[in-house]
Amino acid sequence: MVSQAFEEISPADFFYRNREIAGFTNPSRAIFAAIRELVENSLDASESAEVPPDVFVSLTLNEEGRPELETYKLRVEDNGSGITSRHIPSAFGQVLFGSKYKLKQARGTFGLGGTMAVLYGQITTHKPAYIVSSTGSTKVYIYRIMIDIQKNKPIILERRVLINKEEWRGTIIEFFLEGDYFRAMPKILEYLKQTALVNPYANITFVDPKGRLYRFTRVTTKMPLPPKETLPHPYGVDVETVKRLIRVTPNRNMTDFMKTHFHRVSEKIALKFLEFAAIPRGRNPKKMGPQEIVQLVRMIKSFEEFRPPSANCLSPLGKDLLKAGILKELKPEYTVVCQRKPSTYAGHPFIVETAIAYGGEIPKKGEFILYRFANRIPLLYDEASDVSFRAIKNMNWRRYKVSQDMPLAILVHICSTKIPYKTVGKEFIADRPEVKKEVLNGIREAARLLQRFLSKREHVEKEKHRLSVFSKYLPKIARFSTELAGRESQPDINKLLESVNTSEGTAKR
Amino acid sequence: MKEPRKDNNVSTSEKKDAATDLQSLGEGLYKQMEQGEFPWIKIPSRSTENIYYSPELRQYILGDRKVKRSARNIRHIRPFTQLVWTAFFAHKLSTQRKTSTLRDVYYSAQAYEMSFKDQSESDNIITDLETAIGSAREDFNIFPEERSAVFGDITIEYTVPGYEGRQMNLTSHPDGLMVGPALTYSEFVKTSADKVIAIEKGGLFTRFIEENVHKKHNALLVLTAGQAPRATRHFIHRLNKELELPVYILTDGDPWGMHIAMVIISGSANAAHVRDLTTPDAKWSGVWASDIVDYKLPSVPLTEIDIKRLHELQRDPRYKDDLWQREIKIFMKIRKKAEQEAFSRYGLTYIVDEYLPSKLEETK
Ligand SMILES: Nc1ncnc2c1ncn2[C@@H]1O[C@H](COP(=O)(O)OP(=O)(O)O)[C@@H](O)[C@H]1O
Ligand SMILES: [Mg+2]
Repeated sequence: MVSQAFEEISPADFFYRNREIAGFTNPSRAIFAAIRELVENSLDASESAEVPPDVFVSLTLNEEGRPELETYKLRVEDNGSGITSRHIPSAFGQVLFGSKYKLKQARGTFGLGGTMAVLYGQITTHKPAYIVSSTGSTKVYIYRIMIDIQKNKPIILERRVLINKEEWRGTIIEFFLEGDYFRAMPKILEYLKQTALVNPYANITFVDPKGRLYRFTRVTTKMPLPPKETLPHPYGVDVETVKRLIRVTPNRNMTDFMKTHFHRVSEKIALKFLEFAAIPRGRNPKKMGPQEIVQLVRMIKSFEEFRPPSANCLSPLGKDLLKAGILKELKPEYTVVCQRKPSTYAGHPFIVETAIAYGGEIPKKGEFILYRFANRIPLLYDEASDVSFRAIKNMNWRRYKVSQDMPLAILVHICSTKIPYKTVGKEFIADRPEVKKEVLNGIREAARLLQRFLSKREHVEKEKHRLSVFSKYLPKIARFSTELAGRESQPDINKLLESVNTSEGTAKR
Repeated sequence: MKEPRKDNNVSTSEKKDAATDLQSLGEGLYKQMEQGEFPWIKIPSRSTENIYYSPELRQYILGDRKVKRSARNIRHIRPFTQLVWTAFFAHKLSTQRKTSTLRDVYYSAQAYEMSFKDQSESDNIITDLETAIGSAREDFNIFPEERSAVFGDITIEYTVPGYEGRQMNLTSHPDGLMVGPALTYSEFVKTSADKVIAIEKGGLFTRFIEENVHKKHNALLVLTAGQAPRATRHFIHRLNKELELPVYILTDGDPWGMHIAMVIISGSANAAHVRDLTTPDAKWSGVWASDIVDYKLPSVPLTEIDIKRLHELQRDPRYKDDLWQREIKIFMKIRKKAEQEAFSRYGLTYIVDEYLPSKLEETK
């Protein structure tokens, strides 16, 4: 008889075994993913402190590395919120530990990214991570930690406390990892550039292993309004969520329960719903059995009068900032930007912002260049699977007098409390019909604006052409007529040329 | 000896007119601009709806329709400028007493940053200018490249610079003398000839000189070298008008030869805007379709294209006279054509000794 051995693994162990699902697929992807996760943490931290981010990234070659697989030291420094002392070890030493489970828009999601980077560093170099952080209090905390993967717990190797004389606030994290920077380089630089585009209020500095300095400078200190934390929307909850809410609720009747724990449920709506669901108003939620809870959730989903989620838990970039970012990083001749009204999918609010940049330094590629963003981070991989890519493919561009051989870049930014990513690696957005529709409408709106610009410009070009034709030929006519007539001096044709430029110019022929 | 009728002199008076016409064209444009107007001109329309056949003049002429070309119109301004430049250039040629070929004009424009796309564009503008001032391009010293020749007892006097007053008898060169600008502008002094024979092909022209046709028939021989250039048509016109010489035309016996004769007689639609190119009294003396039958000439079958052309000619108002209609019908019936050289089957001199005298008599 064969006996089977059972064992339990920790979340850290799980992600250690399945690190590719978080983007740590190979040495080149790993180094990209590490930089990206840490930069995103820094941006989140600065925004929650409501200061324009200053992020400094350096990657240096570690001497001891083998030639075929280099070891690098990665250091990321920010001016963000900092981390309270007691959470520092777990923030970077425990998978699925984080502060962003709340219902508001953020870059990070699962308490996974930063820790995965550290974990990957540890398993490839077996060196501890070094973290310095202060919330701006009188003290600065320094930790050296490693991760106990099997237990999903940080191991604190060293803890020091310094006096924060300069009232510094922010976080520095430094650790070693194996990777292939030179293969990853184009993607990393592209990532930083696009991040700078969609965060035009951020300063991002990167020093690469060759000592090359890349600086992305902010063009504004204006930041989008920070998102407000929100309650779950009825359409977004499931049985588990409702169970948890019941566990923590202080309410003893269903009316109050619905009002307190759900997004945009007023007294009136709560009563209406309870009547619809045939649940007595005074029913004590704490006393509901499993069957009842399942039924409650079912009724919630079929009640059609819940108000759509409000968008103040979202923080879209806004037209001005989006435009500023595009002008700064893509340097087009012209750009149009649109922001769609908030919409929802499965109870999650989302907003789509779109832009089309035209001409200038945008190259002619023979196909549209697509920039995808979600919650103000660029998405660089798996473009062809992305909802925006499909939307662009399906559009009838001829209607907008736009063709693939124009120098054109299309930008799509989706922000949501829950971005419908297909993978944990935050690479591409799934084809949700509601999202797809909004993306499509957003691109159409931008295309219409672009078309208006193009036809206006064509008109101006035509006028310019007109003037140049007249300025070329009229003087010649004057000159040859004068010689032909045997006259001494040429007639004054400036008035004629002026009339071409003004009144004549607008008249249609 | 015949001397030219002074009142019929076509050559020099026209030339002076052309130069003044060019100048007043410039003057007109100048004044328009001086008054703050976009310069414009009106020229007779050369579109097919405005080309008529005039039975009195026995040539194509332009109707009354005029088109306005204005520098205000962006689509006109380039050809308009080209027209003004061409007028300026032609005027310069006239006053400096120089000539230029059509091709020269095309290249000369480049020196004034006035380039034409190709020669056909510049040729076209020259035709516009002819239409605008109502003179042939030869009158403002622009000539085509093709040259034909003339031979016979006529004395001319040159008027071109360096040769003014010099006289020349056109029997001096056994190959004939090229009908170029100098000959075009020359004055006729005297001639013993009493007719002009125009010949389509160089071979026959040389044969006629060798066989002394000019003496035997008292004729001036003109080689048209295929379709007669306008300078040659103008020259024939002058021989007919100023010296009152009848003109006989000998071509191949096919629709194309027929038409060479017809263009000398009645002109072409392309030149409806110019006068003094036609010789309405000239006669087509052969080779006729009926000659092919009567003289049993070696012949070849008409091609599809030949037949198509015959049908076109049949409907053409210039061909309405009996002779033409009859010969067209015979061509269509026998479905054959013959070249002038076909007479060689009866010996090299047959055409001179037998055919020519009888045809001259017949078409007198
Ligand atoms: N640079 C930083 N500044 C402030 N807090 C940070 C920083 N990096 C990470 N954190 C904290 O650590 C938590 C875990 O980070 P991470 O593993 O990247 O997960 P996530 O970003 O998905 O929440 C974050 O939720 C945040 O509270
Ligand atoms: Mg993170």
